[in-house]
Amino acid sequence: MSYKASEMTADVKWRDLTPGCNIFEGGTSAVVETGDWRTIKPVLDMTKCKQCLLCVPVCPDMSIPMTAEGKRGEFNYFFCKGCGICANACPFGAITMVKDEK
Amino acid sequence: MGIRERLSGNEAIAVAMKQINPDVMGAFPITPSTEIPQYFSTYVDNGEVDTEFIAVESEHSAMSTCIGAEAAGARAISATSSCGLCYMTEMLYVAASDRLPITLAVSCRALSGPININNDHSDAMGVRDAGWLMLFAETNQEAYDNYLQAMRIGEAVGLPIMICQDGFITSHAIENIELVEDEKVKAFVGEYKPEHALLGRQNSMAVGAYATPVYYMEAKRAQAQAMMDAKDVIRKVGAEFAAMTGRKYDLVEYYRMEDAEEAIVIIGSSAGTAKAAVNELRAAGKKVGLIKVRSFRPFPTEEIVAGLKNVKAFAVMDKDDSFNGHCGPMFAEVAASLYAAGVSAPKGISYIYGLGGRDVRVESIQRVFTELADIAATGETGETYRYLDVRE
Repeated sequence: MSYKASEMTADVKWRDLTPGCNIFEGGTSAVVETGDWRTIKPVLDMTKCKQCLLCVPVCPDMSIPMTAEGKRGEFNYFFCKGCGICANACPFGAITMVKDEK
Repeated sequence: MGIRERLSGNEAIAVAMKQINPDVMGAFPITPSTEIPQYFSTYVDNGEVDTEFIAVESEHSAMSTCIGAEAAGARAISATSSCGLCYMTEMLYVAASDRLPITLAVSCRALSGPININNDHSDAMGVRDAGWLMLFAETNQEAYDNYLQAMRIGEAVGLPIMICQDGFITSHAIENIELVEDEKVKAFVGEYKPEHALLGRQNSMAVGAYATPVYYMEAKRAQAQAMMDAKDVIRKVGAEFAAMTGRKYDLVEYYRMEDAEEAIVIIGSSAGTAKAAVNELRAAGKKVGLIKVRSFRPFPTEEIVAGLKNVKAFAVMDKDDSFNGHCGPMFAEVAASLYAAGVSAPKGISYIYGLGGRDVRVESIQRVFTELADIAATGETGETYRYLDVRE
C-alpha cells in the first residue's frame, strides 16, 4: 500500500490505494502536478521585465516564485494552468501567452 | 448473567452509548429518534460519560461533526430518523468514502408525503447505496445488542455503520431486556486507536482527497471490497458476542426454514409478527418459514440463496417502495441474488407493507402465506408487485 502522495501515480492499483485516498503526510501539494491540463502558457521576456513584481501576487497558484535576491524567478510550469492573469497584470507587455506544445 | 431491565428501544441505544462512552456525539433532534440524544445528553450532564456532546443546527451538521471528529481520531456517534437522515445524505457518502467508522442509530420513520411520523423503512432504504453498513433489529434487545457490536464491525473494515430499529414500534415500546455489564461492554468494544488521525503530530494525515478520473474508480473498488469483507467480520463479531451473552447473531436468521415450501423474507420488528404467523401455520401442518435479514448492507446473498433455493414460492416484504413500477428494494436484491446464483425455480412476489405506520397483524402475514400456497400449487405467480392490506 502506498502511503506517499508522490507514489500515487496513474498506474497505482486499487489494492495499493490508501483507504479513502487519505494522505498520510503533510505538504503534498508541492509534489502533485496541477499544470498538466494547460493549453496555453505564459512566456516572460526578460528584456521587457522591470521587476515591478505586480505579476507575483496575482498568480492564483505557486507558478511565479521569488528568488533569494528578491527578484521574480522563471515560471514554474509544474503548477501553471495557463490562466493568463499574470500577462494581463503586466504593465510592460513582458508576458505573452503562447500555445503550449507538449 | 446480564442485568435484567425494561427499556424502550431508544433508551436501550442510549444505555449502550453510555456503556461504550464514545468521544463525540453530534446530534439534532427528530421524531422518533429524539430520545436517544436526549437521554444521552443527561448522561453527559451528570458526568456519567466523558463524551463531547455537540448540539448542532441540522443533521447535515451532525454528520459533518462526526466526520471531523472521527477523522481527528475520535469515536463519533449520532442518531436520527426520517428526513433527518435524508438531510445528512450528502455527508453519509463522505463518511463512507473517507472510510470513517462512525456509528449512527436510526429509528426508522416514513418520509413525506403525506406527512407522517410513523414507522416504515423509507428513510434507511433511501440511503442504502451511501456505502454504510446497515444492521436492522427486530426487538429492543436486538437494537441494543447490534449497537454493542457496531463499532467492532465498522472499525474493522473502515466503514460507518447504521444501527436501525423501527420507530415507535421498538423505539418507544418498553420491553424486558438483558443488559451486558459495563466492564464486559468496555472489554468487548475496546478502545478506538486508528493508525492515522488528523490530531496528533505522529502519523498525521489529510482526509477528503480530490480524485481525478485516474484514481476515483480504484478508490470505489477498494470501498466495495470493504463492504464485501464486512460479511465475515459481522459473523465473527456475532459469534464472539454469542460467546459472551448467549444471544446469537448472523447476517440473517432462518426461522423454521427446514423443509419450508413457502417463505417470506422480512426486516425489522414485523419479523416478530411474522414468526407468530409461521408458528400458527406450522401448527396447522403448513410447511412455512421466514428469513429475517439482519444485515441489509452488506446484503447476505449467499444466505438468501441457501435459504430460498428449495422453496416453491416466496414473498419479499418491503416496508417502503422503490417507486420503480415493479417491486420493493429488497425484492430486487433477493431476486438478483437468486438469478446470479442460477436459481430460478422458486416463484417470488414483492409485497409492500406497513407504510407510514400501517399496522401489520398476524392475519396480514397469514394472508401472504395463503397467496404463496396458491402460487406454489398452481405455479402461477400472477401480479408480482403487490400492496398488503390496502383498501381496494
